[in-house]
Amino acid sequence: MTFLRVERLAKEFGGVHAVENLSFDIQPGVVHSIIGPNGAGKTTLLNMLTGIYRPSGGRIFFQEQDLTGRAPYEFAGCGIARTFQNLQVFFNMSALENVMVGRYLHERCGLVSALLRFPRLARAERACREEAAELMRYVGLQSYLSAAADAMPYGALKRLEIARALATRPKLLLLDEPAAGLNPTEALELDDLIGRLTERGVTVVLVEHNMRLVMGVSDHILVLDYGRKLAEGPATMVRNDPKVIEAYLGSAVASDGSVGSAAASNGAVRAGAH
Amino acid sequence: MYSRLASPRVGGTAALAVVIALLPLGLSNSYFYEVAILVGLNAIVCVGLNLLIGYAGQISLGHAGFFGIGAYGSAILASRYGWPPLASMLTATLAAALLAFLIGRPILRLKGHYLAMATLAMGIIIYMVITTEDKLTGGPDGMSVVPLSIGGLALQNERVWYWVVGALLLAAVWLALNMIESPVGRALRALHGSEVGAEVVGIDAARHKVMVFVISAVFASMAGSLNAHFAGFITPGKVTFLHSIELATMVVFGGMASTFGAVVGAAVLTTLPQFLTVFKDYEMMVFGAVMMGTMIFLPRGVVPSLEKLFAGRRNAAAADTPAAESERGA
Repeated sequence: MTFLRVERLAKEFGGVHAVENLSFDIQPGVVHSIIGPNGAGKTTLLNMLTGIYRPSGGRIFFQEQDLTGRAPYEFAGCGIARTFQNLQVFFNMSALENVMVGRYLHERCGLVSALLRFPRLARAERACREEAAELMRYVGLQSYLSAAADAMPYGALKRLEIARALATRPKLLLLDEPAAGLNPTEALELDDLIGRLTERGVTVVLVEHNMRLVMGVSDHILVLDYGRKLAEGPATMVRNDPKVIEAYLGSAVASDGSVGSAAASNGAVRAGAH
Repeated sequence: MYSRLASPRVGGTAALAVVIALLPLGLSNSYFYEVAILVGLNAIVCVGLNLLIGYAGQISLGHAGFFGIGAYGSAILASRYGWPPLASMLTATLAAALLAFLIGRPILRLKGHYLAMATLAMGIIIYMVITTEDKLTGGPDGMSVVPLSIGGLALQNERVWYWVVGALLLAAVWLALNMIESPVGRALRALHGSEVGAEVVGIDAARHKVMVFVISAVFASMAGSLNAHFAGFITPGKVTFLHSIELATMVVFGGMASTFGAVVGAAVLTTLPQFLTVFKDYEMMVFGAVMMGTMIFLPRGVVPSLEKLFAGRRNAAAADTPAAESERGA
């Protein structure tokens, strides 16, 4: 059984092909990275894999179930969770409540029991609160247990989104540029966190520009360029692929070294590709 | 136990119950009772409307329409067709709920100003129907309404009405607070914070918006029915666009996303014009100045702004137990 299968996926925005004829599989239990220059279609792909965009063509199968065209909440219901490059934190709530919202799917309560607050619900709420606090500790937010979300620094909010996504008990977790805007220390801590995620049995898909992070944690890498698959394979193979080096750096400077050092420092600008 | 009392759900409801119980000591004549009853009815509408505007972040400028459906629906069934008032009230409420359910899905796809326009138009259409169907509604002149009777016992005494409305307000507040602290309430607040963020954790935003729209319509309709039976007369004045604006203003004035704020907003904006009559011709000017001053100096609305003022002290006492966080939900 394939875990996640994408078949000939396409997304068009008024004549612009953001993603074109893209097919790939994702195996469970490992860390997959999706890399590519700015505008390669990585975030568009993630938006299709979570139902936020409806594909213009192609199919998405998750555990053999066709999810093409479903709503985001249905993707979540199947066990796909994500974080956002531009944060989608609930700033009108506390940090802990943000994570508690993530438990929504597993805490289904009817309107009547919500209005009358049956004792069963009060007990479930206490359990939910404890589990949310536990998840905040797991991602390293123990010092923000009583913080309001709008009072937290950027790096902590990124972790808060990871905790919220984990609260849905996902099988597949999509991280959209989790290291963007983090300082080197925070990025290192993120390495460690992503490593621990697979131990929990969560399959991780990482969209990231920070090559040190990508090369450090990925088992498998998919490279996109202009919405198409440029290369795919184990990290070591992709790192030395001449096509990948050219897309990132332009062929003139490709002799200089690996994708890793250069892309990490410039945030993958499409230098010389134009 | 002490910490339980400090939570708005338990402590706040208890405090409101005490206020409602003690208030008659200061109500020296039936006019004061009448004002208190109007405050209670407006507060019921605002507690429901606040779930929609304050918590779920969806504006409505048409809730006087639901108030009107409750008022006229109940008045027509009871006075023209001789239904028992209680049955006509429930039928009118069901009608308001059904209408909210049917138009909720298409119009709640809209956001911000567009949603404001759509709900405003909805309110105006209901107003037009009520004023033009004059055979049933009496048109612009209004119609008289039979008094509320429960099991053959007619409610005509202001004091009895006061306790009925007080009990219903307490129930409305309690239900709203329960809901806010439940997973459903959290989902509503989440989609206010970020709709896409709420969707990707499994919340069906459209379903939740329709649900809270229906709940707020039910609260408004119930208060409308009660208002009609209490006053014994109803005119389209209560269904106008202006009344919709008044209701939304009460919610914002008292404080968005604060159930007690909605009650305070309804109380202040209902009673203030009564006090301001001393200014005679300048009444509305002073009213406007008070509103502007409040929004400038208490921008988050009366209750949340005052809460924030006292928050420093309370935070120190609450330490950083996660349990203290539930207070933010009130």
